[in-house]
Amino acid sequence: MKTTGTAVPALQVRRTRDQNLVRLFVMLLLVFVLMTTLRPREFPTLANFGSMMRQFPEYGIMAIGISLTMITGGIDLGVVGTANLSAILAAKFLIGYVPQGAPPQVVLPYIVAAVLIALATGMACGYFAGILISRFNIPAILATLGTQQLYTGIAVGITNGRPQSRLPLLYSKIGNTELFNLFPLSFFLFLVIALGVGLLLSRTRFGTSMYLYGTNPKAARYAGLNNASILRRTYLLSGLLSSVAGLIMMARANSAKADYGAPYTLQCVLIAVLGGIDPNGGFGKIAGVTLAILILQFLSSGLNMFNQVSNFYRDVIWGGVLILVLVFNRLLSARAERRASKKRAIV
Amino acid sequence: MINPRRLLSRSEPWVFAAIILLSLLIQARSGQFFTGNNLVDLVQAMIVPGLLSVGCMMVIVSGGIDVSFTAVASLAMYVTDRMLLSSHYAGNVLLAYAMSAGFGLLLGALNGFLIAFLRLPTLVVTLGTASLYTGLMFGAFAASASDVPPAIAAHGKETLFTAVNPQLGLSSNMPSQVLILVSVFILAFLLLRYTMLGRGIYAIGGDETAAERAGFNVRAIKMFLYCLVGVLAGITGIARISMIVYADPSTMLGMELTVIAAVVLGGTRVTGGIGTLTGTALGIALMTVLANSLILIGIPTYWSRAFTGAVIIIGTGVTARQIVTKRRRERGADVRTSEAP
Repeated sequence: MKTTGTAVPALQVRRTRDQNLVRLFVMLLLVFVLMTTLRPREFPTLANFGSMMRQFPEYGIMAIGISLTMITGGIDLGVVGTANLSAILAAKFLIGYVPQGAPPQVVLPYIVAAVLIALATGMACGYFAGILISRFNIPAILATLGTQQLYTGIAVGITNGRPQSRLPLLYSKIGNTELFNLFPLSFFLFLVIALGVGLLLSRTRFGTSMYLYGTNPKAARYAGLNNASILRRTYLLSGLLSSVAGLIMMARANSAKADYGAPYTLQCVLIAVLGGIDPNGGFGKIAGVTLAILILQFLSSGLNMFNQVSNFYRDVIWGGVLILVLVFNRLLSARAERRASKKRAIV
Repeated sequence: MINPRRLLSRSEPWVFAAIILLSLLIQARSGQFFTGNNLVDLVQAMIVPGLLSVGCMMVIVSGGIDVSFTAVASLAMYVTDRMLLSSHYAGNVLLAYAMSAGFGLLLGALNGFLIAFLRLPTLVVTLGTASLYTGLMFGAFAASASDVPPAIAAHGKETLFTAVNPQLGLSSNMPSQVLILVSVFILAFLLLRYTMLGRGIYAIGGDETAAERAGFNVRAIKMFLYCLVGVLAGITGIARISMIVYADPSTMLGMELTVIAAVVLGGTRVTGGIGTLTGTALGIALMTVLANSLILIGIPTYWSRAFTGAVIIIGTGVTARQIVTKRRRERGADVRTSEAP
């Protein structure tokens, strides 16, 4: 499936990729203006922005995870399964061990433990996928289709398919805290994660090696990189981010369920591609992914304000947008390539 | 002469052995495996995934992957069903097959255009079209379970023979759709074995550039391939609704994962270039026996999904490992260090 990368000089690439950010920003503004003119009373309101800030962090964080794996030329289709399994284990722990009606200072350590359980589960899930891909050479698509099925299956198995509710109130209280009465905690988590992962990609050795592996695994190997370790750490990170998303979903729904958020997988792939991550690996920035998340959230919240639009049209729009963006990017890169070769001919 | 060592390095014999072992295990536990009606039930359950697996296997051999074929099958059969119902069609079922195949061709052609001519990545394209097609079906056509025209219902009642289990008093009918399955496998075999087109599918999966240099028209082959997948999906859709005698738009959704897993279990290499129809048929048989017998071998229903996941991981892992060790043996120990994962 891996096609050979296009032969565009590095400088050219940097310029087109920055143009991509500008393009995304213009798109975001357009969607904002469109929705504001169509629904002036509902869309540009503080209440709407508040609810959007509560909605996007859970899938946004998963989209960042998927983006990381796509930068290495793979994909993680198991993020939703990982998120749900992590949340369910944490919920089971809370429901099983927290004494009924205990005061907050007694409950708090349990919540910390539950969060740690979820994060550890996420990391283990991601690491397992990483091992399958790096050590057993299973293609990432298949390995993670398998882990998605396995993790969701385990989650169904240990809960008999029933939602895990009746969590201690304190958990959702903490999870739904609003700082300055406006910004939800999950929104801050998203900001911290987006910034952290962005810096990891652009400023650290590990980030650079992920890009290098994604561009050309063989070259990365000859450059002395430990490819297996890069893959394991990438998928571990994706699993960790998924478990954070799982904890946020658990706080928002005040329960955990094995099949929560099934459409998020496609949505996250769409966000990554829309945000300029190359599915063949090696390219893409978290800033682009963040803009893509906002575009999608604006579109989705805006569409919700039209009663006559069935929810199923969202599938049509997501699928259609995904394909149009792919086509658009392809045409642009073909043009850039032509221009580059023309320039070379002149020189 | 067949070289035994070479035979064992392929997956087909292992899958076959797994099927035999599993059957004996189920027979030992329930005593009901090798009964006429159980075997007929199993064949019946194999028809739809079997039909879907042929196109799926060819796509994977060509180096791509398609996750949209169940969406294509559902949309094609649903549109056909509604159109025939609203025109009070009373004629032959062949028209239903032809119409559904035609819609499938159109839907597959969109995949083909995006993949062959714009060279977009197959997984992302088909994820997108799958979402588009299911969204259209539930949104634009407001799909819900509906009746089937009399021709399709009558077609569903055609049986080749009936197997009776005197011990339990159960009987199972062998549906006539099994003939479609057999003919599709034969045609696919002839296509892959004896035509340049078929050899081209293997060639582009092995090395696209090399295939192009060798004179294969890569674009045309890919375009044909995704159109063929669409046609087969359309036919499968009608076979499915005739067997369950109502048009349920969601009856096939989600099946793509099992089919892909079965194809890969059957030894089709996910990186392309290698795969056999025999292996695919064995893979489908193994998955069907597993799915139909989980309760018989003592696995509770709630754990069936985890079990499928584990089978996919173990199956693909074993196949992938085999490829690596085989490649190493072929190249010799000296180049082991240059083995890129």
